[in-house]
Amino acid sequence: MKKDKLPRTVEEFMAYAWAMEVEAADRYAELAAQMSTHHNREVAELFAKLARIEGKHRDQIAAQMGWTRAPDAAVFRWQTPEGPETTDYGELHYLMQPWHALKLAEHNERRAVEFFERFAAAKVPSGVRAAALEMAEEEREHVRLIGEWLGKVAPPEPGWDDDPDPPNVAD
Amino acid sequence: MSTTVSEAAAPPMRGPNDYKSDVKPVWCPGCGDFGVVNALAKAMAKLALEPKDVAVVSGIGCSSRIPAYMASYGFHGIHGRALAAGTGLKVARPDLTVVVTGGDGDGYSIGGNHFLHACRRNVDMTYIVMDNRVYGMTKGQPSPTTEPDWDSKLSPDGTGLREFQPLVIALTSGANFIARGFTGDPNGLADLIEQAVRHPGFSFIEVLSPCVTFRPEQKEWKKLVKPDAFKATAEMPRAVRRLLRDTGFDLGVLYCGNRAPYAPRGPRASLAPSDLEARFAL
Repeated sequence: MKKDKLPRTVEEFMAYAWAMEVEAADRYAELAAQMSTHHNREVAELFAKLARIEGKHRDQIAAQMGWTRAPDAAVFRWQTPEGPETTDYGELHYLMQPWHALKLAEHNERRAVEFFERFAAAKVPSGVRAAALEMAEEEREHVRLIGEWLGKVAPPEPGWDDDPDPPNVAD
Repeated sequence: MSTTVSEAAAPPMRGPNDYKSDVKPVWCPGCGDFGVVNALAKAMAKLALEPKDVAVVSGIGCSSRIPAYMASYGFHGIHGRALAAGTGLKVARPDLTVVVTGGDGDGYSIGGNHFLHACRRNVDMTYIVMDNRVYGMTKGQPSPTTEPDWDSKLSPDGTGLREFQPLVIALTSGANFIARGFTGDPNGLADLIEQAVRHPGFSFIEVLSPCVTFRPEQKEWKKLVKPDAFKATAEMPRAVRRLLRDTGFDLGVLYCGNRAPYAPRGPRASLAPSDLEARFAL
C-alpha cells in the first residue's frame, strides 16, 4: 500500500475534490447510458440527473478556483479502487428501480463526507483543514437532500428483479 | 482501506473520454467489461496516444465488442483469431500500438493455439483477456477456465475438467510481460495496461471480469481479489515458483521479461509482392 499523499495547499486539495466530482459525473453518465440501452428509462433519467448535478459541482469547484484548464491532479490513483463518489459498475441491475439508484447515490455521498473528514483530521495546513471541513459539510447536505429524495420514492416490492423472460435461460 | 489519493502525474493531452466512441456498450448492467473500456481509455490517455495510432483487435464474444466502443481503429475479427489478426497487423504496421482483446472462450479455447504461439513469437503487442469463466454470449456454456464443479443446466454436475491456467501457459510459452487485473479496479487496471503497452514484446493481461448474468456469484470476486499480490520479476524461475501459490485472485505484474521482441529479419519487409512471390514459388 502506497503512503497516502496529503495535500499541502488548498489548490492541491481542491484538485482532489474536483477529480472526485469528474469521476462521479462521468460514471453517472455511463450508468445512464447503460440503463437507456436496456430500456430502463426511469433509472436512466435519474442517473443522467445525478450526472448533471455532479457536473455542476465539478464546474463550481473550477469556477471557485479560477481554473480554466484541468488541474494536474486530474491524473492520479485513489487508494481505493475508485473515487468515493464513484458508483461501482457491479452494483447495477437492468431491472433496478429509482430507489436503488438513490441508495447508491446516498452511499456515495456518505463516502464523500468520510473522505473530506479524513483530510480535515489529518496533519494538513489550516487552510486545507478549513476547506476540507467546508467540503464535508457540503457533502453532508447532499446526503440530506438525497435522503429527502429517497423519501419521495417508493421502495421496491419483493421480487422486483423477477423477469418473466430472463436473459439466462438455457433450456 | 482509506480513500485518499497518491501520485499526481503529468496531465494527459487527451482525456479518457476522448478515446471512447459514441457507440454505447450493450453489455448487461453490472458486467465487468465496462471496467475494461474505462481502464483502456484511461491507459491510452496516460500514454498520450493518438487514436489514429492505435488499433484494437478482437475475436468473438461479449468482451470482443470492445473495438466498437473505442475511438481508435478497430477490427472485430472471427472467433479465436484475434491474435492472428493482431500479429499480422503489428508486423505489417510496427508503428501502430496494437491491443488485442477478447474473452476466455475466444482466447483460451477457440484461439488457444494462437495464444501459445503469440506468446512464443513475442510480437510487440498487448493482449487483454476478460475472463469470466463462461461463454456469456452463447448463453452460459462452460469455458476453459470454468471450475470443474460448476453446476449449470448446460453442465449438470460440472464438467469435471481441470481449469486452463492462463498465466502458467503464458509464462512457459514465452510471453514477455504477464499480469492479472480486476475490472472492479479500473484505475489499477489502467496502470497495468499502461505498463503492458510500454513493455517491449508480447504483453498478456488476464483480467478477472465478472459475468453478472450467468455467474452472479462472481460479484463476490471483489472480496477475494488481492491487489498488488504479485511482485514483478524478470526471473522466470521466481515467477514459476510464485505461480505455485497463486490463489487465482492475486493481482499485479507477475513477470517482466527481457526477451527481444520479434522483428522480421532480412530484406523481406521491403520486397515488392512480386519479388516475394518469386521467392516462394515452387
